[in-house]
Amino acid sequence: MSTPRSLAAPARFLSREEAKAISDRVLGFASADETRVSINSGGRGNTRFAVNQISTSGDNYDADISIRSVIGKRTGTVTTNKLDDESLRRAVQTAEALARLAPEDPELMPELGPQSYEPDEAWQDATAELGPTGRASAVQAITNPAAAAGLTSTGYLEHQAGSRAVANSRGLFAYGRSTGAVLTTTVRTPDGTGSGWAGGISNSWSDINAAQLGEQAIEKARRSVNPVAVEPGRYTVVLEPTAVGNLVQLLGSAFNARSAEEGRSFFSKAGGGTKLGDRVVDPRVTLISDPHDERAPANTFNGEGMPVTSNTWIENGIVKALDYDRYWASRKGVEATQSGGALIMSGGDSSLEELIASTQRGLLVTRFWYIRSVDPRTILYTGLTRDGTFLIENGKVTRPVKNLRFNESPIFMLNNLEGMGRSVRVSASESGGVGRGIVVPPIKVRDFNFTSLSDAI
Amino acid sequence: MAGVSPTGAAYADPAFKELALRALDAARSAGAQYADVRISAGRTQNISARDRRVAGINDRETFGFGVRTLVDGAWGFAASSLVTAEEVTRVARQAVEQARANRSALRRPVELAPTEAVPNGVWRSPARIDPFDVDLKDKAELLLAANAAALAVNGARFVNSSMFFLRDEKTYANTEGSVITQTIYRAQPSMTVTAVSSDMSDFQSRQSTDIQPMGRGYEHVLDGKLVENAPRWANEAVEKLSAKSVDVGRYDLILHPTHLWLTIHESIAHPTELDRAYGYEANYAGTSFVSPPEEMLGKFRYGPEFMNIQGDRTQEGSLAACGWDDDGVKPDTFLIIKNGVVNDYQTTREQALWLDWWYKQQNMPTRSHGCSYAQSWADVQFQRMPNVSLLPGEEDLGWDDLIAATDRGIAIVGDGSFSIDQQRYNAQFGGQLFYEIRGGKVVGMLKDVAYQIRTPEFWNAMDMIGGQKSYELGGAFGDGKGQPAQSNSVSHGCVPTRHRQINIINTGRTA
Repeated sequence: MSTPRSLAAPARFLSREEAKAISDRVLGFASADETRVSINSGGRGNTRFAVNQISTSGDNYDADISIRSVIGKRTGTVTTNKLDDESLRRAVQTAEALARLAPEDPELMPELGPQSYEPDEAWQDATAELGPTGRASAVQAITNPAAAAGLTSTGYLEHQAGSRAVANSRGLFAYGRSTGAVLTTTVRTPDGTGSGWAGGISNSWSDINAAQLGEQAIEKARRSVNPVAVEPGRYTVVLEPTAVGNLVQLLGSAFNARSAEEGRSFFSKAGGGTKLGDRVVDPRVTLISDPHDERAPANTFNGEGMPVTSNTWIENGIVKALDYDRYWASRKGVEATQSGGALIMSGGDSSLEELIASTQRGLLVTRFWYIRSVDPRTILYTGLTRDGTFLIENGKVTRPVKNLRFNESPIFMLNNLEGMGRSVRVSASESGGVGRGIVVPPIKVRDFNFTSLSDAI
Repeated sequence: MAGVSPTGAAYADPAFKELALRALDAARSAGAQYADVRISAGRTQNISARDRRVAGINDRETFGFGVRTLVDGAWGFAASSLVTAEEVTRVARQAVEQARANRSALRRPVELAPTEAVPNGVWRSPARIDPFDVDLKDKAELLLAANAAALAVNGARFVNSSMFFLRDEKTYANTEGSVITQTIYRAQPSMTVTAVSSDMSDFQSRQSTDIQPMGRGYEHVLDGKLVENAPRWANEAVEKLSAKSVDVGRYDLILHPTHLWLTIHESIAHPTELDRAYGYEANYAGTSFVSPPEEMLGKFRYGPEFMNIQGDRTQEGSLAACGWDDDGVKPDTFLIIKNGVVNDYQTTREQALWLDWWYKQQNMPTRSHGCSYAQSWADVQFQRMPNVSLLPGEEDLGWDDLIAATDRGIAIVGDGSFSIDQQRYNAQFGGQLFYEIRGGKVVGMLKDVAYQIRTPEFWNAMDMIGGQKSYELGGAFGDGKGQPAQSNSVSHGCVPTRHRQINIINTGRTA
């Protein structure tokens, strides 16, 4: 165990040597044909605030080990966070017992042999060193100005620092450390008629400026007071990067090759086959995943210990790749996809202000919320705008408008592209957790489909 | 039923009580005026089958403890998976130190409503068969047999089925003298059948929503009769391919309990969480239109006179059932909506005092309703939903009676797509099966159906309700709230209802 810097420091995790020693111990207990060991360890700290004060907070430490045993074509997986020898031995025995009882898996793939991995930049000391006192200061950089302005601030700060390892009985060993920090805040007016949101996310806590996020949310809350209703319908929208991330991240899991080839995906073609090689969105759109992007660096191996590198999904609007797991790849005679890391949409060179200035009449959206699948055939989702929705008239933001529900697909949206700004990393998860890196630009889109009004502020 | 028992049943060890008391002593010595501790051993198992193969068998155990402290009205919480005497002391001190750091940003100190000390509490879910004692082989064979039964239906192309089990054994203790041990079980069997049209131009799925998750053991899987039901679900998936795409407009809606539970969850249960009503969840889950409580309690008409919504954690086999909540409070049964009007909110010890004025007015004691919950030892407890249920009407009506009474409408079975705004006004719900009703009869199946509502109008448009014989428990296994997001399991009992002239949209589009 790496020694904690102070009583409250959350940055405890298993070092490479410790993870290797544990996986060696587990593999030593194993008698299955093949065994894979996955280890996750680390600390998570958080502070929540509401009504301009800290409400709850927490620091926790955990380390868990997953053991996957393979006997013939049968497998069983056991996960435990008890790391003493007796518990590990019992977990191995249980995984092997489960494997013996399991039916044969015709899709079983053999474990990988030793691999080499590209180095990563996913760890940042500033995040690992953050503790409750630093968190409380950051919170006050938002709550004090909000209270002074007669507004009500609420928000959440989370940071994680830990390590992952994958090892198997064929000699594979992968290890990586990573950190992540995210701060989001929602500021409301006391009369309940205005609400503004801002968020920042990075591997490094030092990149996050709490006071600035507070100012943005305060400004948005003030500007959003007493929204007017507009008719639901198709609008030109300028979407801030967070709103774009809320929708574009939904494509991250849509490229599954098997679903496409089996006829149950947007990427399936009527009559058979897939849309690989077809143009599905505007030619200015390129979508990649990359563990090395400096805005959201990630570890360079996946859960099977396979190395991951950058991968292009859509290039200039054309589907360039579908996602093949190892089994489906072997069945189809193609290479398995080695993808992972942040999802990145290429941007343009317009500023958000320029996208607004070029809009005769439209809506400016800060973020979307409660996004749920409606129809997987078209990747159609529904959800609502939230915490800062404004009318644009003659190139200017003129007034706040009531929130709206959309029924729209990120595919349709990216077909109706009018302009793009510079890509940035956004806090795109609904719950404000760190999650997968999402890097997207602000965009301007025509004919975005709003289907009803909401009275929610 | 003898089988693999991966973890030893060493949980009831008195050593845990000693560790818990040690943590409380350490917190008090470090300066906490109040502290509680939870030591828990969680166990889950997931078995999934895809078509004719078992796709995954995962068994997980997690063991650890968390200490919550109150210092001058500020909370602190720390947790660790190293369950040793040295570590519980360190973590208790860490929680106190954290609470001290949090005092700097304090405006209204936390106070706790009184509750009785429970020096020796014991409670266990009404599970007849511990799922972790059942042979894995039996479970896997059941799923494969169910999948085979579904795939035998012409046009059913893919089937995924699974069973998920949870057992949580936890010891809770607080500085007021409570020591409580509880064992919670939950079980969720499920299946999804997908049919693909012969020209690959359409696909439709049917989920097994008539089997809802429950706070029971393996008997719930056996009672679900997956093998017997699979062909029906498969046939319904195939039938959806040729269903008529709905014409948009206003229809009378008849909602089956397997669907309605989710609408109740989203549009009644969430907005009556007291922390939301006071703005505490504004950054994620949202606030509530049922706010401020001062203007709502006893005044706001949510629905018709016959609408009564109950909060409880006692319905047998329900997901939220427990003996005591994570504040050590014995939950009570209370009416959130009484005769159509807002009557109460969901509360914890910290929150009950916020409604002191209302309880005094009603000659009721100011006590927590027992809604405190944390998903695991690693997370701090806060206000979570109990079971929130629509009570049956006085007339002995059922599903068929509501259909027979409807001239032009749509009946919806099973929960599907759902989305609602952050104050719980505007919601959109899909479903599993949609039936067109004409002249009191089902005349055919529809697809691409979703309804959009504004919550108060929707509930005030309710004009018929089923009776006791049509009452069923639905439930959410993984309801999310809080930051970091925590998962809670709750049941929602309800009867079928009819709602007049609700807006229906068509969700089908062509790519």
